[in-house]
Amino acid sequence: MLHPITNAHFLVLSAALLLIGTIGVLTRRNMVVILMSIELILNAVNINLVTFSRHFGDVHGQIFAIFVITVAAAETAVGLGILIALFRNRETVLADEVDLLKW
Amino acid sequence: MSQFYTSTDHFVLVPAIMLALFGCAVLLFDFFLFPEPRQRKRLVWFLFAGEIFTAAGLWRQQAFLASEGLPEITAFQGTLTVDGFSLFFNWIFVAVSLLVAIVSWRYLEIEGEHHGEYYGLILLAQCGMYFLATGTDLITLFIGLELMALCFYVMVGFLRERKRSNEAAMKYLLLGAFSSGLMVYGFSVMYGLAGSTKLRAVAAAIASRDAWDPVVFLAMATTAVGVLFKVSAAPFHMWAPDAYEGAPTTVTAFLAVGSKAASFAFLMRIFLGPLETARPAWEPLLVLVAVLSLTIGNLAAITQNNVKRLLAYSSISHAGYILLGLIAGNATGLKGMAVYILVYAFMTLGAFLVVVALRRENLIGEDIEDMAGLMHRSPGYAVLMLIFLLSLAGIPPTAGFIGKYYIFLALLETSHYLLAALAALYVAVAIYYYFRIVRSMFISEAVAAPPLESTVGLRVALAVTGVLTLAIGVYPEPFLRLAQTSLVR
Repeated sequence: MLHPITNAHFLVLSAALLLIGTIGVLTRRNMVVILMSIELILNAVNINLVTFSRHFGDVHGQIFAIFVITVAAAETAVGLGILIALFRNRETVLADEVDLLKW
Repeated sequence: MSQFYTSTDHFVLVPAIMLALFGCAVLLFDFFLFPEPRQRKRLVWFLFAGEIFTAAGLWRQQAFLASEGLPEITAFQGTLTVDGFSLFFNWIFVAVSLLVAIVSWRYLEIEGEHHGEYYGLILLAQCGMYFLATGTDLITLFIGLELMALCFYVMVGFLRERKRSNEAAMKYLLLGAFSSGLMVYGFSVMYGLAGSTKLRAVAAAIASRDAWDPVVFLAMATTAVGVLFKVSAAPFHMWAPDAYEGAPTTVTAFLAVGSKAASFAFLMRIFLGPLETARPAWEPLLVLVAVLSLTIGNLAAITQNNVKRLLAYSSISHAGYILLGLIAGNATGLKGMAVYILVYAFMTLGAFLVVVALRRENLIGEDIEDMAGLMHRSPGYAVLMLIFLLSLAGIPPTAGFIGKYYIFLALLETSHYLLAALAALYVAVAIYYYFRIVRSMFISEAVAAPPLESTVGLRVALAVTGVLTLAIGVYPEPFLRLAQTSLVR
């Protein structure tokens, strides 16, 4: 017998995505992958928002999710732009090789 | 059914519209009107015009509040709130943007990266700050924060050919995007608690639950990470020294002052709004954060040789002091926070402006050694720097003393004796590293270096920050009254 998918399932999925994204940001060396992990975190947020929006029958959560998607796109665009500028000067996208600024 | 866009909505939105309009106008006219690079300095006039219209909008809001005797005006069904608090911060943003803009032209010429969009980014970042100080809705606050942060990511990386600038921007962006991702997760949980994005509804939902409720704690903790990152409080400070050092100095000044003040406005909106009733849960965490900020900021600053990096660590410790006001949490503490932010804005801006003045062709001038014998070469700059450093250390009769006085007073009033003792101890440490710069300026032998050339803008900006730093210290009453108005809620 199939169990229906409830809001709890969505919230668990969202928490899992948040965890995977956080681990990705903290452990990966490649800055492109770090940017992708940040996208995962923002998608976890979107799932949360849309789930609550459905739960309350309130449209604000979906509006919030659309704003989060927009911001994610802008952040990635700026991030990749800066990354390209960095790559032109340094020829690397690995976080631990970018180490000019240190105490 | 409420009207979609009422005249009140427009009234509240005017400053933001002006900032966005003139910000976009700069981006547009950069191409059409000024194809020649040397004409670009005229774009600063767009910024002046934008700030004048913004200030006019703020002035009308202030006059309206005063004449009607209202505590606040809300617009868009409670999405934006104009009150003494938002006006207080917005006046600081206007002043800071103007002061940064008038010193930027020559600095960017020397760096060879004078582009029109610089002024556009200042205006758009300020638009984000407007929403951070005025917003009372999770969506508005998030958009304001991101608008400000995205502009700063670009400005930090403005020196495209410099490895340091690229690196600073990349680190700032990755950590910034990560922390704001966690923060917006906290926002989504708050929405889940309240079923509304209005701060007032969220506050009611959190108040109806226990302070130690795990879901409230999750929302509080993830939100706090994002907010504390933006104010560069330890242990979320790692980006600050790198971003401050790698960014163009004028941007560093704007980042250290504008971004920090806006983030503190945001922090106060969140922690004194929806999270107020969860105080038992967040107070121990903030005590830890404040103590760590004071410790790391002050101890790491001792060994720095780069003035920008030293001031970055000093700004981390100032974030710790401001947080102590929130921990005390009484009326004196909150007034102390507002006064401290006002004081911090002008003294830190002034100190960075002296570093801007030290930048010449072929000479970066960011190290403490570059200030050696400044007293013999350019006594005016040396004396101004002395005033700013005394103020940063908190020595009377400068402004910094007034800021620290209210924070300490609030801590004593609420019986946080241990915290007050620790904070006082770190003032002594701070005096040590600030006086390394003073010793270099006044006692070290003058080194052969090209003379400092000042522009009108730089002289005006230094005069304003210097006079205010002294004035707030000598005659604080009007400024205290100003800070008091920010607390009427």
